[in-house]
Amino acid sequence: MKIQTKFHGEVQLDTENIYTFQQGMPGFLNEKKFILLELDDSPFYVLQSITKAAVAFILVDPFKVYSNYEVKLSDEVLEELQIQSEQDVALFVILSVKEPFETSTANLIAPVILNQTKKMGKQHILKSELYHTQHALFEPPVEQEVK
Amino acid sequence: MLVLTRKIKESIMIGNDIEITVLAVDGDQIKLGINAPKQVEIHRKEVYVNIQQANNEALETKVDHLAHFNKLFKKE
Repeated sequence: MKIQTKFHGEVQLDTENIYTFQQGMPGFLNEKKFILLELDDSPFYVLQSITKAAVAFILVDPFKVYSNYEVKLSDEVLEELQIQSEQDVALFVILSVKEPFETSTANLIAPVILNQTKKMGKQHILKSELYHTQHALFEPPVEQEVK
Repeated sequence: MLVLTRKIKESIMIGNDIEITVLAVDGDQIKLGINAPKQVEIHRKEVYVNIQQANNEALETKVDHLAHFNKLFKKE
């Protein structure tokens, strides 16, 4: 099938690559079908709704950016997404891309968890005091820290 | 909005399997106990609202925006 996307124009996709988010996402409860697209030449991905082109989240692998980031998937999440092994799981965080790019932030408290095997996904809200919705993507430059 | 008055240790039922009990009252703080099926997610409202807002904000990325930052992150 063909769909309109925000960043990739019209895309031809296999229905077997569609992820089902049974509960939608907070703020977008009606969007339940997404595909994962790569962004050329970047470590970023796009989680694109197949029904609304405007609903497209920029994702990044948090473990590549935040070396101390930790997520524990509860039994309820494993069950809900029918996760059976570590190989099933892909985990991303959503970026808010801003201008200038250095001010962009990542939402570490609500990562997107995908079961790549069963093609199921959810945005999972962590019970953690350590994380929030707006972590800086980059360390501020030293000279700015001094001011 | 339905308004109910409860005393300490009294509960309300939501549907057949969600029970909310008033455990303690201390000034303007109220401690609630919640019994619900495991698949029912329970969050402080402000946490949930923050995530809704963050999701909305995340969609504001412009297409040309992205072309620009793509250049900064060529895959090795």
